[in-house]
Amino acid sequence: MVTAEWLDIGPVDQLPVMGARTLPVQGGEEIAIFHTANGDVYALINKCPHRQGPLSQGIVHDTSVTCPLHNWSISLVTGEALGEDKGCVPVIPVKVEGGRIFISRKEALQGQR
Amino acid sequence: MNRKPHLVVIGNGMAGCRAVEEILARDPGKFRITIFGAEPRVNYNRIMLSPVLAGEKSFEDIIINDAAWYADNGITLVSGDPVVAIDRASRTVSAKSGATVGYDKLMLATGSDPFIIPVPGKDLPGVVTFRDLDDVDKMLAAAKSGGPNGEQGSAVVIGGGLLGLEAAHGLSLQGMKVTVIHLMPTLMERQLDEAAGWLLKHELESRGQVILTGADTAEIVGNGKVEGVRLKDGREIPASIVVMAVGIRPSTTLAKEAGLAVGRGIQVDDHMVTSDANVLAVGECVEHDGNVYGLVAPLWDMCRSLADGLVDTINPYRGSVTSTKLKVSGIDVFSAGDFSGGEGAEDIVLRDATRGIYKRVIVKQDRIVGAVLYGDTADGNWYFDLLKRQDDIADIRDALIFGQAFASGGGASANPIDAVAALSDDAEICGCNGVSKGTVMACIDGGAHTLDAVRSGCKASASCGSCTGLVENLLAFALGDEFAGERDSKPMCKCTSFTHEDVRAAILEKELKEIPAVMQALSWHTPDGCSSCRPALNYYLLCAWPGEHIEDPQSRFVNERMHANIQKDGTYSVVPRMWGGVTTPNELRAIADAADKYQARLVKVTGGQRLDLFGIKKEDLPSIWADLNAAGMVSGHAYGKALRTVKTCVGSEWCRFGTQDSTGLGIKTEQMTWGSWMPHKFKIAVSGCPRNCAEATIKDFGIICVDSGYQLLVGGNGGIHLRGTDLLCTVETEQQVLDYCAAFIQLYREEARYLDRTAPWIERVGLDYVKQRIVDDAQGRAVLTARFHHAQSFLQKDPWAARAAGEEKELHQHIAEIRPFAPNLVTVGAA
Repeated sequence: MVTAEWLDIGPVDQLPVMGARTLPVQGGEEIAIFHTANGDVYALINKCPHRQGPLSQGIVHDTSVTCPLHNWSISLVTGEALGEDKGCVPVIPVKVEGGRIFISRKEALQGQR
Repeated sequence: MNRKPHLVVIGNGMAGCRAVEEILARDPGKFRITIFGAEPRVNYNRIMLSPVLAGEKSFEDIIINDAAWYADNGITLVSGDPVVAIDRASRTVSAKSGATVGYDKLMLATGSDPFIIPVPGKDLPGVVTFRDLDDVDKMLAAAKSGGPNGEQGSAVVIGGGLLGLEAAHGLSLQGMKVTVIHLMPTLMERQLDEAAGWLLKHELESRGQVILTGADTAEIVGNGKVEGVRLKDGREIPASIVVMAVGIRPSTTLAKEAGLAVGRGIQVDDHMVTSDANVLAVGECVEHDGNVYGLVAPLWDMCRSLADGLVDTINPYRGSVTSTKLKVSGIDVFSAGDFSGGEGAEDIVLRDATRGIYKRVIVKQDRIVGAVLYGDTADGNWYFDLLKRQDDIADIRDALIFGQAFASGGGASANPIDAVAALSDDAEICGCNGVSKGTVMACIDGGAHTLDAVRSGCKASASCGSCTGLVENLLAFALGDEFAGERDSKPMCKCTSFTHEDVRAAILEKELKEIPAVMQALSWHTPDGCSSCRPALNYYLLCAWPGEHIEDPQSRFVNERMHANIQKDGTYSVVPRMWGGVTTPNELRAIADAADKYQARLVKVTGGQRLDLFGIKKEDLPSIWADLNAAGMVSGHAYGKALRTVKTCVGSEWCRFGTQDSTGLGIKTEQMTWGSWMPHKFKIAVSGCPRNCAEATIKDFGIICVDSGYQLLVGGNGGIHLRGTDLLCTVETEQQVLDYCAAFIQLYREEARYLDRTAPWIERVGLDYVKQRIVDDAQGRAVLTARFHHAQSFLQKDPWAARAAGEEKELHQHIAEIRPFAPNLVTVGAA
């Protein structure tokens, strides 16, 4: 449904535990959907604030992901770089209901030009 | 008759057991020993209760002497049965259970009792003190059960001293909303001046605690159990638990009832003997020269004097100057001596507001009389040492406040080893266990040449670990270069306190075969590790248990998970294997076709004699691999901590200088070694003559063909730190080359730390060690070679073929796609 506030992007079991998958947005910024060890789901724009590395390909540990390019750690909760590094990547609201992942339409389309 | 005199100790705490340890160290056969303890457990480190409350340690971690210690030393422990009376005339003690035991010598180590302020409600259930493990359990239970309506629980801590703040910190970490009520205007006013107290208050407030200073408790309110605290100004603070931490008093009831001389504490002489020559007393329960002590450090000195007195050695206790450290993680506070100022006292103060640092050293007549440090306490021990020694500091006064490194003239580059060398023998290294520099040095001299050996030998740095750096520096100072290797043995990462070697040993010993099992068995500090330890653990498991371990793809770096090299734009590069750098027109055609079909934006000849296709999308990887497989090519592992390439020159088949078939040997070597996962990438080269066109002298394993056979070279590296190879040995046949190569790789696989190239590994263990294992020990070499081939039987499978056939296809696909202007906004499961 085009008008829905939340977009259904598929079953949560399609996400690897402690891993991520990508959600391209035509004409916009690709989103990375993360799955943590305890089953929580988070979404960030798939670009490290440092050198735009694909965060979806990083190692997920606790509630953070380490970028595959230069090892920046990014909080999945706030999108902020952790430790000494400074930077922030947009967080996209996401929720799981009835085993399916829903992403906020407004924020998902925001980067779209 | 040879009946030994009976020593009875009342108190199974830190003082009682330490005194017994000191006596045993002097004369293990002097007494039969019985220890009575009120708590139903073995002897533990009471000052480490704070980390237990904070969830940073478990009870097992803070046990000082376990049951085996009592048994080994023939000590009878009567725990959970407190002594209720002493009869000095008949020399017996009676316990609560009614048991009566005779003594020849009696030692009172009854410690102190928490002071309970006499306000209404002080006896309500939910009012606790912070003195033993039962108190900690009550606090943990309160934190767990939360507030009355299921919300966050609230706690009030009465008393903003050392103990109260540690309790507040622990409760706060356990998820409670904590209010600290402190009567005085400054927190920890006995240890801190106003400025440091203010910094501390602000730090604690920023962590969410409510700090009420100048607040006087009127009443603890509640109906049948604690519900809150009312202050004299009328304010009321709700709470489901109230921790009373306003102070402690020497526990003297038993002594008083027995008619011993008691002032503020049980009065003792310089060898801790009470007014009855057969009764000793030690620890917080005593009064010596008009002083009572509530900190742990004086106890160590008292126990030494007591034990010396019992073996007729004169070593009078002369009182203690105490220092204090707050055990609240992330807050460094240190204080020692007198900082009340007064006549002739001069202050030297350093403040660094940005870094939140405050240092104040109080000097009288060129001698340090007190120090207060906040934010940076690294020099606390040094100031304390100068204070205790009463050193004249006139010469270093100008630089004194900048700390030891600076004042000793070294400036910022001062050597920490020199710093520990300059400490006096009585300087305290480990505050938790009262270990001086002299004791640590004696322990090292006695053969303890590693951190672990020192920890088990004299307990320095064995409790909270904050002095680990000092102990390591002492080891380096005592052993010089001999310790250089040990100092590299840092914990794997911040998730664990174990070294790489510890972890690998545990994986084999405990037969751990998957990452969660390792983390559980070795008490990892983090729930699922970090990006540093997880790939290392995954490698250690696959190396230790080939074919049996459980592989965790999520613990692989992206390149090894995707079997291609990620590039800065998020696309990948693809390198098919070219055995020994040899290719064919067919392979080249297939590579050219693939480059066209998948729009490779660059085709590059690599340094390892093969071709690299750049700019391939992750979605296209399985298809390009299928195409390359169809032409007979497999993964080149250019992306892995693995065997990369075997570089060759053309050798005797074509070259007029060639001495052997270097190309053919290179191909055989690559066919034997490909697919092997290693601690880091691994490169091999074979040169057909000493002109060395294949650059074998900067490879992990290099082979140089000579007329008489083959020179085998190891540990070369052409990276940031250029390192030429070392000659391992010379062999005569190709088969020997292959066997030695397999053995060397297996030794490296089993013993190097993850992410160590062969060069730093060999520098650490020494070439002689490698020669001994690979060259001298023929049987050992054969075992290593066999283990390598066993591992290879599981690893030599082309990962590309599996992916091309559809394995793990979701790794290459998006979960869905959003097309804002398409009829279906979301395409789920889009490929």
